[in-house]
Amino acid sequence: MTRKQKKSLIRILAAAALLAACLILRRFAALPWWAELIAFAVPYLISGYDVLLKAVRNIAHGQIFDENFLMSLATVGAFAVGEYPEAAAVMIFYQIGELFQSIAVGKSRKSIAALMDIKPDHANVIRNGETITVSPEEVAVGELILVKAGERIPLDGVIESGSTVLNTVALTGESAPREAQPGETVLSGSVNAGGVIRIRTTGVYADSTVAKVLELVERSSEKKARSENFITRFAKWYTPAVVAAAVLLAVVPPLLFHGEWSEWIHRALIFLVVSCPCALVVSVPLTFFCGMGGASKRGILIKGSNHMETLAKTGIAVFDKTGTLTKGSFEVSAIHANGMSRAELLDIAALAESYSDHPIARSIVRAHGGHLDPKRAGEVEELSGLGIRAVIDGKTIHAGSEKLMESLGITPFCREGCRCGSGACVHVASDEGYCGHILISDEVKPTSAGAISKLRGMGIKTVMLTGDAAPAANETAAALRIDEARSGLLPAGKVEAVEALLEESGKRKVIFAGDGINDAPVLARADAGLAMGALGSDAAIEAADIVIADDDPVKVPLAVNISKRTLRIVLQNIVFAIAVKLIVLILGALGIANMWIAVFADVGVAVLAILNAIRAMKTPNE
Amino acid sequence: MRKTFELEDLDCANCAMKMENAIRGIEGVKAASVSFITQKMTVETEEGADFDAVMKKAVKLCRRIEPDCVIKL
Repeated sequence: MTRKQKKSLIRILAAAALLAACLILRRFAALPWWAELIAFAVPYLISGYDVLLKAVRNIAHGQIFDENFLMSLATVGAFAVGEYPEAAAVMIFYQIGELFQSIAVGKSRKSIAALMDIKPDHANVIRNGETITVSPEEVAVGELILVKAGERIPLDGVIESGSTVLNTVALTGESAPREAQPGETVLSGSVNAGGVIRIRTTGVYADSTVAKVLELVERSSEKKARSENFITRFAKWYTPAVVAAAVLLAVVPPLLFHGEWSEWIHRALIFLVVSCPCALVVSVPLTFFCGMGGASKRGILIKGSNHMETLAKTGIAVFDKTGTLTKGSFEVSAIHANGMSRAELLDIAALAESYSDHPIARSIVRAHGGHLDPKRAGEVEELSGLGIRAVIDGKTIHAGSEKLMESLGITPFCREGCRCGSGACVHVASDEGYCGHILISDEVKPTSAGAISKLRGMGIKTVMLTGDAAPAANETAAALRIDEARSGLLPAGKVEAVEALLEESGKRKVIFAGDGINDAPVLARADAGLAMGALGSDAAIEAADIVIADDDPVKVPLAVNISKRTLRIVLQNIVFAIAVKLIVLILGALGIANMWIAVFADVGVAVLAILNAIRAMKTPNE
Repeated sequence: MRKTFELEDLDCANCAMKMENAIRGIEGVKAASVSFITQKMTVETEEGADFDAVMKKAVKLCRRIEPDCVIKL
């Protein structure tokens, strides 16, 4: 508790004790009305003097529908109609509610702040051979900084010396530590969990990943969701309407229907207590904030609550293929040998390709995995754009494209059911003829299928867009059980495809997930664009509405899930708060509800709504 | 120009909303937000507007709405 909260607690306790004493005194001794008034005014003033002061001050400033004013009016009115104990008790109760509200908001604020605690507070920069500690803002590009074990990396850079393991959980939500060697790029915000490293900075603090992420999170409350705007509009009309109703309630029945003045004024005062829209005004933005805080803990940075609303209404999820659903790296997917064993074929192909740096060549060497004896290979020649000619074990081997085979006068052939049309294919031929081929495909990420099936489980249609040819695209789509694949698309074609899907989806939203580097226009065109694995790229962070820190496609259904849950809590709070207030208004008008219930409808509901809002911070497990 | 300020003793969410609306009404303000949750105020002015003059007005308006709240300029 803060000092202010402690002070308020002491005042509440003192006032409550005095009120109890007054009540006991009244029971045993008949006091004249003025003595009772003075006796009950003491606990009332102890608990509520600040409310009264603020009310007077705010009226001077022209703030009529201020919470303090309404509360003062209600309690002073209660004194006026002779309900002394009630007036004092209501003020105490109101202060208890305010205190709870302040504690609850403070708690949630603190826990969100803890989630976003990625700001580095210092940097150890090496200048003239001396290590000095400065603030990260003071480090220039190209300077050498020292990061000790347990410290947060303050600026983006490249490791110059020392190897370590990095904990990137605060940045990406990925809890497994990552190894980092000299020459590797490291992002600011990650924690050095291993040995001492020296980093050559590649940018200033303002351009660093951590500064970008923090700015993104800070700005996220500026873009408002429709439900937030609804609350703003609601609050504008609600208070004046309820106050007007209170005035009518106090005046009309006594004047027109010979009602008892004190009775109807009392009922009107109940209206005043319920007239503050605080429960809604606090809890709805807080729910969104907690939801976005929870998402960021999982490596999903949402740029505004409006995007959360879009995610929750997703009808079609569109994925880019390469690098999003697939790893964007190549893997050997099949080996079809002709006249030799598959191991033999892979062996000679790997030997021939071991001299090449091409990603496809490297994937074959990787698939071989074993030791490649360089003595077995003789002369090796790279045939530009076609493949490789190598002398292996004394035989001339050609490995490469179909065109290479054609130029040799060899017709490659496939077995039945071979899918050499999909993906890349390396044909191998020796002096003796065709040896077979090795099929290379981009490997699907292990979590892609799970991500797609989760989306389907939520009733979301999945679409894959790719520049690849149809056979490769259809194969991936079938393997992942994606509803629809659109292949052979150029970047402009992807935009058109998304536009067509926007048309198709109607009221439900179209979201697009891509790596954000080549897809910036598509990211911008979709209702919500998710950039995956894009923490290093400014363009992607700029173009996207949601930035997913790592490149795990499962984060897409997770983002949708978190958003749905958050929106559900928002709706619960709106319905709950409005319903309780309406019921109390009706009961109050009928003379059933007393002021105690009214205070509960005001601050009690606010506290409950805040506690409910905090639930949004918890995210579902995968 | 765009700047963020920390707020002290902003105790009521409704006041934060009123402050936000009031600042948006100041001439030369492009966007403004007052967050009760983060206790921060962000003001963005149109190009060519006098930022300090805008902030002076903003402080005055906020004092009228919530006198306890201090804007840390």
